Amino acid sequence: MSQMFCSARSLLRIAAAATALFPLSVYAEWGLNLPPPSTSVASRILDLHNAIMIVCLIIFVIVFGVMFYSLYAHRKSRGHEAHQFSHNSKLEVVWTIIPFLILVGLAIPSTATLLYMEDTTDSDLTIKITGYQWKWQYEYLDHDISFFSNLSTPRAQIENREPKGEHYLLEVDKPMVIPSNRKVRYLITSNDVIHAWWIPKFGVKKDAIPGYINEFWANVDSPGTYRGQCAELCGKDHGFMPIVAEVLSPEDFDAWVEENKPKQVASAADMTAAGAEPAAGPAASAEDVNREWTMDELMEHGKTVYFQCIACHGPDGNGIPPHFPPLTGSEITVGPLDAHIDIVMNGKANTTMQAFKVQLSDVDIASVITYERNALGNSVGDLVQPSEIAARR
Amino acid sequence: MSAAHTEAHDHHDHRPSGIMRWLTTTNHKDIGTMYLIFSLTMFFVGGIMALAIRAELFQPGLQVVNPELFNSLTTLHALIMIFGAIMPGFVGFANWLIPMMIGAPDMALPRMNNWSFWILPFAFALLLGSLFTVGGGPASGWTLYAPLSVQGGAGVDMTILSIHMMGISSVLGAINIIVTIMNMRAPGMNLMKMPLFVWTWLITAFLLIAAMPVLAGAVTMLLTDRHFGTAFFDPAGGGDPVLFQHIFWFFGHPEVYILILPAFGIISQIVPTFSRKPLFGYDSMVFATAGIAFLSFIVWAHHMFTVGMPLAGELFFMYATMLIAVPTGVKVFNWVATMWRGSITLETPMLFALAVVFLFTIGGLSGLMLAIVPADFQYHDTYFVVAHFHYVLFSGSIMAMMGATYYWLPKWTGRMYSEGLGKTHFWLTTIFFNVTFFPQHFLGLAGMPRRIPDYSVQFTEFNIISSIGAFGLGLAQLLFVYIIIQAVRGKNEKATAQVWEGADGLEWTVDSPPPYHTFETPPTVK
Repeated sequence: MSQMFCSARSLLRIAAAATALFPLSVYAEWGLNLPPPSTSVASRILDLHNAIMIVCLIIFVIVFGVMFYSLYAHRKSRGHEAHQFSHNSKLEVVWTIIPFLILVGLAIPSTATLLYMEDTTDSDLTIKITGYQWKWQYEYLDHDISFFSNLSTPRAQIENREPKGEHYLLEVDKPMVIPSNRKVRYLITSNDVIHAWWIPKFGVKKDAIPGYINEFWANVDSPGTYRGQCAELCGKDHGFMPIVAEVLSPEDFDAWVEENKPKQVASAADMTAAGAEPAAGPAASAEDVNREWTMDELMEHGKTVYFQCIACHGPDGNGIPPHFPPLTGSEITVGPLDAHIDIVMNGKANTTMQAFKVQLSDVDIASVITYERNALGNSVGDLVQPSEIAARR
Repeated sequence: MSAAHTEAHDHHDHRPSGIMRWLTTTNHKDIGTMYLIFSLTMFFVGGIMALAIRAELFQPGLQVVNPELFNSLTTLHALIMIFGAIMPGFVGFANWLIPMMIGAPDMALPRMNNWSFWILPFAFALLLGSLFTVGGGPASGWTLYAPLSVQGGAGVDMTILSIHMMGISSVLGAINIIVTIMNMRAPGMNLMKMPLFVWTWLITAFLLIAAMPVLAGAVTMLLTDRHFGTAFFDPAGGGDPVLFQHIFWFFGHPEVYILILPAFGIISQIVPTFSRKPLFGYDSMVFATAGIAFLSFIVWAHHMFTVGMPLAGELFFMYATMLIAVPTGVKVFNWVATMWRGSITLETPMLFALAVVFLFTIGGLSGLMLAIVPADFQYHDTYFVVAHFHYVLFSGSIMAMMGATYYWLPKWTGRMYSEGLGKTHFWLTTIFFNVTFFPQHFLGLAGMPRRIPDYSVQFTEFNIISSIGAFGLGLAQLLFVYIIIQAVRGKNEKATAQVWEGADGLEWTVDSPPPYHTFETPPTVK
C-alpha cells in the first residue's frame, strides 16, 4: 500500500517536472471543435458538423451499448450458453433501411449548404489569389492593387534561437486586406505546384491549381485579423506559407484602397508597352530607379531583400543541393553579370526559381543581385544600378 | 505417424535446406511465412519513420529533421506501411490459410507465388535506396501529386520503378488467389460455404487486378512527363494536374478497401470462435463485401472535393460515399449480433477483434463526416483526416492482423503463445494507439494542416500528447515480436489441433503445426 503511494508520488513528481519542461499553460487553447465561425458559410458548416457529430455519437452509443451488454451478460464465465441462431431476415432488413434513412436525413441539409456555398454571384469585390512556392499573391482586380504576402516569422524563431512569438508561423509581411460585411469573390490559381488557400474561421478551402481558376466567396461578419495556412503539400516550405486576412470596416477599406492605388496615372504609351503583361512588377518611384546608387546603399537594401531567398538558398548562401543550389562561389553569382540578372528576373524553367521581375521592384532586384555578388562569401566587386534593370524589362 | 509422414514428404520433395529452401520454395506455408516476416519488418521500418515524424512534431520549431527529409519521411512512411506492411501481411495470411481453409494442397500457381514474393524485397530496397540519392527520397506525399512530383530528383524515379514492381507482385498474387479459390476447393465446398476470410480475399483480389494497373498507368505518365517531354499533367503543354488526381484516386479508393476487406474477413473468423456461435448473417456479409467493393469504384473523387469540381460532381460523389455506410453498418451489426447471446470468452485474438470493431467504427463514422462536402472543406488535408485513416488502417487493418497472428500462431507453430503477455500487448497497443491518434481529431478541427514539419504554438499540447503516445505504441510492438519468437522457439505449452474450443473450419482439422503438405487427398465438406 505504502509502495503504491510512493509510486503515485513519484509519478506526480515526474508530471510536475514534465510540466516545468513544457510550459503548457503558455500555449493552452485545447480547442476541441471547429473554431468560432466568422462567416455565414463557416457557421452553417459548424451547425452541420455538430449535427453529424451528434447523429454519429447516438449510433455509436446504441451499437456499442448492445455490444458491451453482450460482453457482460453473455460471458462463458457467467455460465451463459450459446444460442445457435444465425439469421433474422426482419432484423437485417430493418438495420439496412434505418441507416439509409438517416443518411437521407443528413444529405438534405448538406446539399442545401453546398448550394449556398457554390453561389458566387452578386459579389461586391473580386480578388485574385495566386499560389507560389512559398508565398501568396493578391490582386485586387477592381482596384489595380497587387502585392505578395510572405511569411514574416524570423528564421531565428524557427531554428529555436529565439523564443516563439504569439503568431509564430501565422504572420506575414503584407496581409490581404478586405472589407467586412461585403461578399468578396475570390479567383484562385497557382504559378507552380498545387496549393490550397484556407482560413478556418471563413469556412473556405480551395485548391490553387496551375492552369485552373477556381472560385469561392466569403462574407466576413466583423473586422479583425484572421489567420490560416496553405493546406496542400507544396514542397519544402509547405508549412511556412501562412495566410493572413486583415478585415476592415467598409469605410476603412475604401481608405486603404485610396492609399494603395497606383499613384501615377500611366500614360497611353506605357499601357501599350505593358501590353497583355500587366504585372510589370511592384513600382519603385521613378526617382529611385533613375538615380545613381552607391555600393553601400545597394548592399544595405539587398540584405533585406535577400530575406526572400533564404528559404531555398540559405541565410549564408549555402543552399540545399541539388535542388536549391548554393550562391556562394556559384557560376551564376561570380560569373558574368548578365546571366545573373537574367535568372533573377526570369527564373529558371521547371524549378522553384521564380521570375522575380513580377515580384520585386527594379531597386529590389538591383540591390539583391549586388548583395549576392558581394556578400555570402562572394566578392566580385561589381554592382547593378536599378536603371539597368528597368531597361531590361 | 505424423512425424514419419512429414519426413517421408521431405524426402519425396527433395526440399533444399538453408537459404536455398527459402529462395526456391513453392510451398504456400513457406511463402506465407516469408510474407509475414517481410510485413513485420516493414512495419518496423515504417514505424521508425513515424517516430522520427512524431519526434519532430513534439514541439514547435525545427529540431530533429529538416523540412525536405520530413516530407520524404511522411511519403515513405505511407508507401511502406501500405505496400510493405499491410498488403504483404494480408497476402501472407492468404497464403497460409486459403489452401487450408478450402481443403487444397497448395496454391494453384506455386512458382508464380514464389516470384510474387521475391519481387518485394527488391522493390523495397529500391524504394528505401531513394533516401540515399542526391536530392533524397520522394517528398510529394504518397499520393505523388503532379506537378510537385515532377520537381523531385532521381529518388522519384526509383519510387516509380518500385511501385511498378510492387504492382506486378500484387497482381500476380491476386491472380493466384482467384485461380486457387475458383479451382481448388474441396468437394462440397461451394462458394456460399467458404469461410468469410476466403470470400473477402476473393473480392479483394478482383479489386487488386482492377486497381493496380491504374496506378501503374498514373506513375508511368508521371515518368514520361518527368523525362520524355510529355505534358499529361503540365498545363503549359495542354495537360491537366487534376487528371493525375482522378487517375490516382481511381486506384486509391479501391486500394483503401484492399487494405480493409481481408481484415473484415479475419474479424468474421475470430468473433464466432470466441462467441461459440456461427457468424450471424453470412449471406448478407458476402453481399455487403461485394457491395463495398462495387461502391469503391464510384467514390474516388471524395478525396478531392477542394479541387473545384462542378456542383453536380460534388453532389454525386457525396451521395455515393455516404452509401458506403450502409453495407459497412451491416457488417458491424452482424458482428455484434454474432456475439449476442453467445458464450463469450476474451482471449487475446478476441480482444483484438473487439477493439477492431470498436475503433474501426470510430474511423468509419469520421469517414461519414468527411463525405459531407461542406464539412469536408474544413476537414480536408488536416489532422482530422490523419486521425481518420489511422483509425481505419491501424486499428482496422493492422490490429486485425495482430489478432489474426494470435489466433492462428498456435496452428502454425504448434505452440500456444503466452496469454498474459498477449493481453499486455493488446492493452498497451490499444491505449497508446488512442493516446496517439485521438487528439489528432482535435488538432485537425482546430486548423492544423497535415504534412507540415512545424506548427504554430496553439497546437502544441495535443502534439506533445500524440508524440508520447506514438513512442509508447512503437515500444509496445517490441513485445509483439518477443511473443512471436517465444512461440516459434517452441518453449510454450503444446497446441492441440482444435486450438480454440469454438473454432470451426478445415484448418482446425489438421495437426498443429500442420504437416508440410496438407490435404493431398481432398477432404469432403458436408
